[in-house]
Amino acid sequence: MFDILLSSLGQVFTLSHLLYMMLGVIVGLVVGIIPGLGGIAGMSLLLPFLYGMDPSVALGMLMGLVAVIPTGDTFASVLLGIPGSSASQATVIDGFSLAKRGQAARALSSAFLSSMAGGLIGAAVLTGFILIAQPLVLAFSSSELFMLTLLGLSMVAVLSGRDLFKGLAACGLGLLVGGMGMAPATGEFRLNFGLDYLYDGLPLVVVGLGIFALPEIIELLVQRGTIANEPCRLGQGWRQGFRDVRRERGLVARCAGFGSLIGTIPGLAGSVVDWMTYGHAVQSAKDKGEFGQGDIRGVIAPESANNACACGAMVPTLLFGVPGSGSAAVFLGGLLLLGLQPGISMIETHLDLTYTIIWSLALANIVGAGLCLGLAGPVASLTRVRFTILAPLITVLILFAAYQATRATGDLVALAVVGAIGVLFKKANWSRPAFLIGFVLAPGAETYFYQAVQFQGSAAFARPGVLIIGALILAVLFIPAFKALWVKRRQSKTSGVTASPETAKAAEQSPMIGAVDVLLLAGLLGLAAFAWSDVAGLSMLGSVFPMLAIAIMALGCLAEAARYALRRPQWQHQACREELVWLTGFCALIAVILGLGFISTAALFCLVFLLGIARLKLWTAAGMAIGVVAFLVGMAHFLTLTYPSGLLDPWFFS
Amino acid sequence: MRPLTSQQTLNTRLKHAARLGLLCAGLSTLMLPATANAADTDVPDTIKWTIPFGVGGGTDVWARFFAPWFSESLAGEPTIMIDNVPGGGSINGANLFAVRAKSDGSQWLGTSASTQYPAMLGDPRVRYDYADWKPILATPTGGVVYASPEMGQDADSALQALLKQPVKLAAQSPTGVELPVLIALDMLDVDVDPVFGMRSRGEGRLAFERGEANIDFQTTSAYLSNVQPLVDDGKAIPLFSLGVLNDEGQIVRDPTFPDLPTFNEVYKQTKGEAPSGNAYEAYRKFFASGYALQKLVMVPVDTPEALTEAYRQAARDFIKTDKFKEESAAQLGPYTPIIGDTVSAHLEDAMSIKDETRQWLITWLADKFDVHLATR
Repeated sequence: MFDILLSSLGQVFTLSHLLYMMLGVIVGLVVGIIPGLGGIAGMSLLLPFLYGMDPSVALGMLMGLVAVIPTGDTFASVLLGIPGSSASQATVIDGFSLAKRGQAARALSSAFLSSMAGGLIGAAVLTGFILIAQPLVLAFSSSELFMLTLLGLSMVAVLSGRDLFKGLAACGLGLLVGGMGMAPATGEFRLNFGLDYLYDGLPLVVVGLGIFALPEIIELLVQRGTIANEPCRLGQGWRQGFRDVRRERGLVARCAGFGSLIGTIPGLAGSVVDWMTYGHAVQSAKDKGEFGQGDIRGVIAPESANNACACGAMVPTLLFGVPGSGSAAVFLGGLLLLGLQPGISMIETHLDLTYTIIWSLALANIVGAGLCLGLAGPVASLTRVRFTILAPLITVLILFAAYQATRATGDLVALAVVGAIGVLFKKANWSRPAFLIGFVLAPGAETYFYQAVQFQGSAAFARPGVLIIGALILAVLFIPAFKALWVKRRQSKTSGVTASPETAKAAEQSPMIGAVDVLLLAGLLGLAAFAWSDVAGLSMLGSVFPMLAIAIMALGCLAEAARYALRRPQWQHQACREELVWLTGFCALIAVILGLGFISTAALFCLVFLLGIARLKLWTAAGMAIGVVAFLVGMAHFLTLTYPSGLLDPWFFS
Repeated sequence: MRPLTSQQTLNTRLKHAARLGLLCAGLSTLMLPATANAADTDVPDTIKWTIPFGVGGGTDVWARFFAPWFSESLAGEPTIMIDNVPGGGSINGANLFAVRAKSDGSQWLGTSASTQYPAMLGDPRVRYDYADWKPILATPTGGVVYASPEMGQDADSALQALLKQPVKLAAQSPTGVELPVLIALDMLDVDVDPVFGMRSRGEGRLAFERGEANIDFQTTSAYLSNVQPLVDDGKAIPLFSLGVLNDEGQIVRDPTFPDLPTFNEVYKQTKGEAPSGNAYEAYRKFFASGYALQKLVMVPVDTPEALTEAYRQAARDFIKTDKFKEESAAQLGPYTPIIGDTVSAHLEDAMSIKDETRQWLITWLADKFDVHLATR
């Protein structure tokens, strides 16, 4: 085995291998940086060259691509608050908050360093683990997978903190939205309201963009400043980022190890990992106050996990031909195109290729993170540009990203609808991560629960693996409460009267309520009634999960309402007239896009916005608008993308 | 004053960026390919091949394997551009193709079992009709049903055991590629209890390997690479193959598995007569459209006959070469693509499902699995 390890290392350092891997890395970075594209677009760019290539060189190229996507998408998450791909949703929360505090360079450099470390740890784990992984992968049956999705869902409790009921309601809504589309048990279609678009459910990219990115854009437009509202010198941020990662090396190692193991379990997409590790970072921190407002650990934890997870995902892909994540699925296609059938032969007869893959993975992680570190400083200065200049470009970018999800008009409409929910959630401080966790985990929770019961009956929940994960869930839910209680008791014992003033204040504080809260409570309860009537006609197996989601949502809302009724709430003024104006503008923009065509509208919109609102000089605005057109036309040309064509586009751009 | 100066430098940078943008725009309009303007029967310069599945999936890989072969064998070596339009389990892409495709030979469609089945079942989302298209080429596949060794040490004892106890099969959806297998097992009086919601046949196999399912089914290439090792280790017992369709449209033994009986043989052996009736009719049609003609290259029916023939001839030319035979063994398994009129005949037969058979199937799905299909 050792000689194979070394000979494949020699293979990795040949010139042709290095060159093709660099090509893969560069393509991976480009598609990673542009939100909404991700591994699939990158693969479609490389696949045409693949056929007929030498397998080991081609694998290096593919690995270069797969390895750096979770690195590159950090730019969009940190700088623009756009979840670049499913692997970087948790990064948005603290990464973007740091950018708003003028610490984008710090967030980026620690993100890239922890990505690199995570990737290397993942590759190291993979080297030994792939040889013994087969029994472990087989040990995870549907019941353990269900428990893991529950563990993911329990993070809602961690993330919503004091607003537990709002978090529950948000999570219930996420579960309900995630349950749209085909029922896994019966093939029935649920909650599609007769719309073809909803038969497949909503795409993750659209939901992620709507719930996170759009509300941030609108808020920044209302504030009229730059993304960074505290000045900061860039060079300092760099060094600070390095120091942060060094200080948190324990966290990096834990998250990377955890990420690479979760990655090996087929069927649990990488999107669970970043929430779990984020939750872990919150729980293991002594001072939790900064999380959500810009704590660097909230960036380090998911970023070290997601690259490691990409490594781990290679295990089921290579050994079983069952991809562990979206980009692994595309990588699998590449393997097949090279004439390699995944299976046990990958460690019995093709072990050299497998190690070439692992070495390339490690090397690509180093190169990718290095390139990103170089870019971090200059790109971070974007956060100091007036936001009204950036806004039209970012708006076009998220519309572009959303439309690539399924290339249907529905993508844009869904973006606006989810975006409106996001704006309300943000305004009234309802947990948006809780919604997203519910949405992401809904299909897994339902499918695995049903399969576990069908396959194993009641024995499903007496398996040792299930009990272990169950204990973990209880620990996540209750240990913090006990800890707080214990600390409080000890404090009151030792110091008598001087209980920590902050906790006392927090306990006394009466809940805040505002117009948006009332609107959301009423709206969600109304939605619950409506959705219940929609699914009530389905078969038992098809309707039980959405009903459960509705129940969680309704109970969360009712409990929140009861809380207001019991403790007299403080009225909070939640003005959102300006937000609504921008939101209406956004909807109007979508309408124009559908009427005139995407490229023409994007050009017009940028021009008008930059002249009228950002008040740039005519030729600067024109140049930027033309740049946008060039970007869109270029993307369409090289990646064979399409846009809504409308009336004008066929005239100008075909 | 520092913030102001940095703002100014940023603005100048933006101006530079804008200028670069102008330049790029100019260049990209120059570099866009000139639109083709050729006579009817000439092979177009660019062929857009719509694949209604995602990048990296089975049908995508299949198309990307064929694209260079077609391109090299056609006059003028046209560029074949693969356009992935995933969604609705291939219904969306096929619907779009049905509405938009031009019939000048510049647009192809790649379909698979999951495109054929909804059309046969009368799924309300389907807005395409196979009668509007004609086939260039089809690639067949076979498949093998196998059981866990708990059921018995050899195929005969396992088949006996299957009749005595309910067995679990991990499947994708009631109307997915497992449909003929479910019908076949039911015809043999096996009390099969399918667990739906698998995202691929690979996940189904994983459930079998984990011991959750005690019977499973894989198509030939997955069987050879992933199940054969299990069989060799005594962890799986092959029961029967689905067989292949010969030129006369009869189901015969799969040349890949010459020692394995087909479903028809097993049925005849256990029941003493050849399979017949609505159930067998449904089995045969869904086997033909989902396996014997699993993946198809289609063009709109109005495509000029000369051009269609040119495409078919190109396919006939390249499938004869040794290089193709060698490479296709890895990609398509040990089956030869079928071309032209043979495909048309088989396809017409497979897709024309009688109302009576369809009605039987709908009732059967409802009775057996409590699955109520929405149909037109």
